[in-house]
Amino acid sequence: MALLELKKLVKAFGGLLAVNDVTFQVEKGEIFGLIGPNGSGKTTIFNCINNFYPITAGDVLFKGQSIKGLKTHKICHLGIGRTFQVVKPLARMTVLDNVTASAFCRVNTIKEAEEEAHRVLGFCNLLGEKTKPAKSLPIAGRKRLEIARALATKPELLLLDETAAGLNPSELDEAIDLIRKIRDSGITILIVEHIMKVIMTISDRIHAINFGQTIAQGTPKEVANNRAVIEAYL
Amino acid sequence: MKTKLLSLIIVGVVALIFPLLVPSDYYRHLVIIALMWVVIGSAWNLLAGYTGQVSFGHAMFFGVGAYTAGIFATKLQVSAWWGMLLGGPVAALFALFVGWVCFRLRGPYFALATLAGGEIIRLVATNWESLTEGMVGILLIQSFRSKLPYYYIALGLAALCIIVIHTVMRSKWGYYFVSIREDQDAAESLGISTALYKNISLLISAFFTGTAGAFYMNYMAFIDPHVVFSLHYISIMAILVGIVGGVATHMGPAVGAFIMVGVQETFRSAIFGLAPKWVSQGHALVFGLIVIFVILFMANGVVGDWAKIKRHVFRMKA
Repeated sequence: MALLELKKLVKAFGGLLAVNDVTFQVEKGEIFGLIGPNGSGKTTIFNCINNFYPITAGDVLFKGQSIKGLKTHKICHLGIGRTFQVVKPLARMTVLDNVTASAFCRVNTIKEAEEEAHRVLGFCNLLGEKTKPAKSLPIAGRKRLEIARALATKPELLLLDETAAGLNPSELDEAIDLIRKIRDSGITILIVEHIMKVIMTISDRIHAINFGQTIAQGTPKEVANNRAVIEAYL
Repeated sequence: MKTKLLSLIIVGVVALIFPLLVPSDYYRHLVIIALMWVVIGSAWNLLAGYTGQVSFGHAMFFGVGAYTAGIFATKLQVSAWWGMLLGGPVAALFALFVGWVCFRLRGPYFALATLAGGEIIRLVATNWESLTEGMVGILLIQSFRSKLPYYYIALGLAALCIIVIHTVMRSKWGYYFVSIREDQDAAESLGISTALYKNISLLISAFFTGTAGAFYMNYMAFIDPHVVFSLHYISIMAILVGIVGGVATHMGPAVGAFIMVGVQETFRSAIFGLAPKWVSQGHALVFGLIVIFVILFMANGVVGDWAKIKRHVFRMKA
């Protein structure tokens, strides 16, 4: 049984089909890449998975159970964490408080939540910044904070939305290391990414979409050589 | 930390012995009113300052609390002090309904909805004469002739309100409230039920505001819809107390309450009778100037920008 399964997912905004009949399965333990040109519907798929947008048709299954129509916070409690492409730090809270607030997803006391937050901040290499307000972090730090916050909710599946966008080459390598480290800790990852260097190096399998429709799926190598993918990108 | 504790003890002791030091009923009255505003301001601050849901209609809860006490006393012939215990819970119940309607909206739209709600309920209270006596108002006989009991009740209520809100803000709920203020979508994706926690914040806020309203009924012994459901005397005043003292600070509304009641009274009495009479009409103008000043020069209020104020005052001296 796949950890996450999208079944003929359709999302329409008025007459525009942002996502049209997309089906794929994410297996436990893998890094699953989702690629496509700008506006092809990648982020919309994320927003459908955690129900920021109601699904027009089709279904989303998590561990074999339909999660369609569940409230966003319930989906988080089930074990799906996500980051945002346009980062949403809780700006006037400190870095530590940002992560502590999300750790309350699994624990109830401040002591436990702060312990968990410290562990996650250490894991994401953010411990040095913990007393700073989140708004003072540079973009690379904010992206890390997004990941740390999502990790603090102890997800089984992590949805990463362009966590590498806007990073310089050395930060990129750090981001790749971090994503691998997360996978090695037993968390399955579904990642949307524009930067081919990142997605091609870390993904086990890639699903490519364009105009909301599937155009290819396979290993990074297969997808990179696929005619439809090359056409979509060039 | 030690100086904080020490100043807290000093404030506490002064508050306890204040009425013994000051025999004047007039000044005791002012402090009682200021203490009531500490409660309302702190309650407003929990919802607007910490949870980010700015209410322009806290007179709703104040009035519902006041009328609960008043109606209990006049219709059911029980002591209005029982009404004071019930004012909070009834206001909180009412808040459930308000939240159900207004929390469908976000940001400025929520604020406008509460503004409208406050006006609606003022009109309802004015016209539902069989229940509220309409514009005739509700008149009680005061339980105490001395100000002392009222003073200590108000002081206890203010202390309770500050302690409860302080405790809440240092728990999981506090983290959730601030997360919701900072970003509702992010909060929701982090497993926070924004609908639930916004309502919890509103409920606590309404509870204390309603209790303050019921206290007002007991203390002033007269209410009518234009007083307790007043937009500018209650709803706006609650906002001013919060903004001037310091939004999202623990002691801000307490400081703001004393400043605003002081300013209001200074002008109402035409600077203690020294200025010509027309000055007494000017307090709304002065409130406006204060708000402009605070927003321009100390956006975090007296408490939030205390370091800045100290620095500037110090520089002036040096």
